[in-house]
Amino acid sequence: MWDYTDKVKEHFLNPRNVGEIENADAVGEVGSLACGDALKLFIKLDDNKERIVDAKFQTFGCGSAIASSSALTEMIKGKTLDEALDVTNKEIADFLGGLPEEKMHCSVMGQEALEVAIAKYRGGPVPSHDHGHDHEQEGEIVCKCFGLTDGFLRKVIASNKLHTAEQVTHFTKAGGACGGCIPKIKELIAEVLGEQAKDEPRKPGKLTNLRKMQLIQETLEKEIRPLLWADGGDLELVDIAGANVQIAFRKACAGCVSSGYTAKFVEQKLKDLVSDDITVEEVEG
Amino acid sequence: MKEIYLDNNATTKVDEAVFEEMRPYFTELYGNPSSMHFFGGQVQKKVDEARNRVASLLGAQPEEIIFTACGTESDNSAIRSALEVFPEKRHIVTSRVEHPAVLTLCRNLSKRGCRITELNVDSAGRLDLGELARALDDDTAIVSLMYANNETGVVFPIEEIGAMVKAKGALFHTDAVQAVGKIPLNMATSTIDMLSLSGHKLHAPKGIGALYLRKGVPFRPFLVGGHQERSRRAGTEATSSIIALGKACEQAALHMEEENTRVLAQRDRLERELLTLIPHARINGGGAERLPNTLSIAFEFVEGEAILLLLSEHGICASSGSACTSGSLEPSHVLRAMGVPFTCAHGSIRFSLSRFTTDAEIDTVIRELPPIIRRLREISPFGREMLVK
Repeated sequence: MWDYTDKVKEHFLNPRNVGEIENADAVGEVGSLACGDALKLFIKLDDNKERIVDAKFQTFGCGSAIASSSALTEMIKGKTLDEALDVTNKEIADFLGGLPEEKMHCSVMGQEALEVAIAKYRGGPVPSHDHGHDHEQEGEIVCKCFGLTDGFLRKVIASNKLHTAEQVTHFTKAGGACGGCIPKIKELIAEVLGEQAKDEPRKPGKLTNLRKMQLIQETLEKEIRPLLWADGGDLELVDIAGANVQIAFRKACAGCVSSGYTAKFVEQKLKDLVSDDITVEEVEG
Repeated sequence: MKEIYLDNNATTKVDEAVFEEMRPYFTELYGNPSSMHFFGGQVQKKVDEARNRVASLLGAQPEEIIFTACGTESDNSAIRSALEVFPEKRHIVTSRVEHPAVLTLCRNLSKRGCRITELNVDSAGRLDLGELARALDDDTAIVSLMYANNETGVVFPIEEIGAMVKAKGALFHTDAVQAVGKIPLNMATSTIDMLSLSGHKLHAPKGIGALYLRKGVPFRPFLVGGHQERSRRAGTEATSSIIALGKACEQAALHMEEENTRVLAQRDRLERELLTLIPHARINGGGAERLPNTLSIAFEFVEGEAILLLLSEHGICASSGSACTSGSLEPSHVLRAMGVPFTCAHGSIRFSLSRFTTDAEIDTVIRELPPIIRRLREISPFGREMLVK
């Protein structure tokens, strides 16, 4: 069972602002039956067409999708369109006391619907994530299943500081169906993180031998072995001699024809995360 | 709030009689059945009795029963054993609607040099035996097909399948976790070589399962170590759980007819009433032979998790084929394999009854579910489109 906050449950059981607005100034529709969730957002502006005086929604989706829609309509009432555009998916989630990470895409859907509604009202290009509908697209489609573009994914990756493909799936659904775009998502993460990393190098500077050994062990435990476990494999650290790391493969990795390739992968990972001079050697252990 | 538990394909309540049977084997009769002394020996006798009881429910010989930790272990043991027994054969036949205990293993094995055929099912969840015949070849080591589907309750024609598999010289394994205790089985006249069952699906505790292994069928153990289970499954026997499983199998035999009469009638009434009261609903697997206790029903234009949460407000426990309940984004692989449209797959709910289900509980669901569906359709942007249709 999902660990929903009381606020999520409350907004799901008693959703605010359900329904349609006749003569709405702006309508934004995202998602589809195929995706498993969809949101239609209606916005009514004041006579000066500046502030949002009313907002209503219709949502097809799970409990957190309905709660996120309810929260969104409450949050944007009284805001100008520009103020409303500043509402982020994180603020929607925070309003509800947080969402399980797997459900963050529900809050993203709220933000998307708002962007679509306002863009359509203003007559500019419609943001690309109006999945399931044929609208003008911005950027290149990365996830074909859910119709998500590189531009949209970059934005979500950067603003939520995502660093794994799985997180991107939780937040946007991208890669969650056929999985064909996961390599591309990983590239996008690397690009976005690369841009952010210019300010904050991930690799530590000069290391003492002891610190280097600790870091090698940590990296093996946290970054590398879990990846091998996923394929039924494993490795053991046999020895560290200076910058030479000796490992032995276990389980499915042992005797696997591609273990040489896996060793290269381990080496690259250690070079990236610990120190450039590291070499990895496979030994009998 | 008293729960109305209609999720018995997920797990079941431990029968009081089963619990009483296992209770002394924790703090009083805690001996190791392999020990030489009287204290272990008396536990060995109870383990033997349990083995006899399990065998009796299956129409098998006691030596053909291997206790395991769960259905998943039984499935993994059976399939991996076949690959070791036939090192020259690298083909496995299974279906797209299997439980992950089989499907994930097969997909992992496909990355390790095995060739996997996943048979399709039709819109009612049935296999095409012609497709099976075409898939079988001399390279086929094992065919693993479930007896009854956990999501839809659809029953496969296991004996017909077994005869086809035997003719090709492959081993035949069936995951019968949902069928044992609901469908009468007789291994003495069966074509099944290996069969998996799980305790917690038939009112025994979690953490105990069994693998039926036909006498004479070659086998390589999954767990090696001690000589327990005639060296076919090492590890100290989970004595209290084994004794519980034995009692649960004895009870299942006693209640088998009730499952197929009273429980069946409750399921059918629930199905009939919901279809009458709720427009745009359909039964998944409706056209096929099904387990007596399982109802998978799809409601168009609403999402399953939202239905479950609202049912939960009334104490009603069911499960869903929706993507949102699992954290994955694809609706159930079973419903997708059946070609259930997305509009329905996301709004599919499974009710699974047991011999503890009461008529009053069924009444409550019939009363509470229609307004829940109506309410969610009112919130849904597709609800209006549907009403226009």
